[in-house]
Amino acid sequence: MFAAYVGRCSNKVKNIVERGAVKKFAEAIGDPHPIYWDEETGKKSRYQMNIAPPTFPRVFDYGIIEGLNLPNKGLIHGEQQFHYERPLFVGEEVFCYSKIESYYEKQSSMGKLGLLVVKNYGEDEEGNVIFTSSSTIIITEAVRKAMAL
Amino acid sequence: MTKLIELQVGDCLKEVELPPVSRIDLIKYAGASGDYNPIHTIDEEAKKAGLPGIIAHGMWTMGNLTKLFTPYYEQGFIRDYSIRFKGMVFLDDIVTLKATLKEKERNRLRFNVSAVNQHGNEVITGEVVFVTY
Repeated sequence: MFAAYVGRCSNKVKNIVERGAVKKFAEAIGDPHPIYWDEETGKKSRYQMNIAPPTFPRVFDYGIIEGLNLPNKGLIHGEQQFHYERPLFVGEEVFCYSKIESYYEKQSSMGKLGLLVVKNYGEDEEGNVIFTSSSTIIITEAVRKAMAL
Repeated sequence: MTKLIELQVGDCLKEVELPPVSRIDLIKYAGASGDYNPIHTIDEEAKKAGLPGIIAHGMWTMGNLTKLFTPYYEQGFIRDYSIRFKGMVFLDDIVTLKATLKEKERNRLRFNVSAVNQHGNEVITGEVVFVTY
């Protein structure tokens, strides 16, 4: 049962905001603005370097929450939030982990839906939070049955 | 360039209409994001999941929307961005991205944002809080 995982965290994983990955991501969201990839534009900007698009943290590795097995099919992404203390810089190291924030079930026209909230954290080397993100994942009755929960 | 801080409540950023959604758009996003859920790229898998066809990643639409704010990177940054995924985006859909200033509190600008399809239905809605320097 997912409720048992509430409060559990993954191990921290070191990620790098990799230049090529940022450029590829910016292109994939149709936003190839030079602030994301052109070194000159970055240097001349107030940041003195390139930054990453706000939804880029989607690509990071957040580690594994021991024992939690989410199916890779059938999940519905209901809501998503990002919070930033400052923009992410290209080339910096970010230490990422995730935490199961909450789980509850509610009746709906699609049967009993499970709502799982996973919070992701990205910190600098000193442990200061750069960003957090939160995903609400809807797990339908059919998917839970298939998982035999 | 518009100074965001000079916008009045009710003002809109310039809308962006995306080209019709193509399979290659979604393949590119799958590769760039690492989200290989096959309902976004493979027809049979989408059908097996009970969908009429492949659908865009919600995060693709959410990612696209931030480009309304990218030109203002010297003025500030997106502090908060929250989205509710309300409808599916299918191949060939034409999605328009919108942002309207809802509230202004010193250097904190709260925008209502949405992506709307060619039928006028909202596929994502939410808020951006842009903080100016």
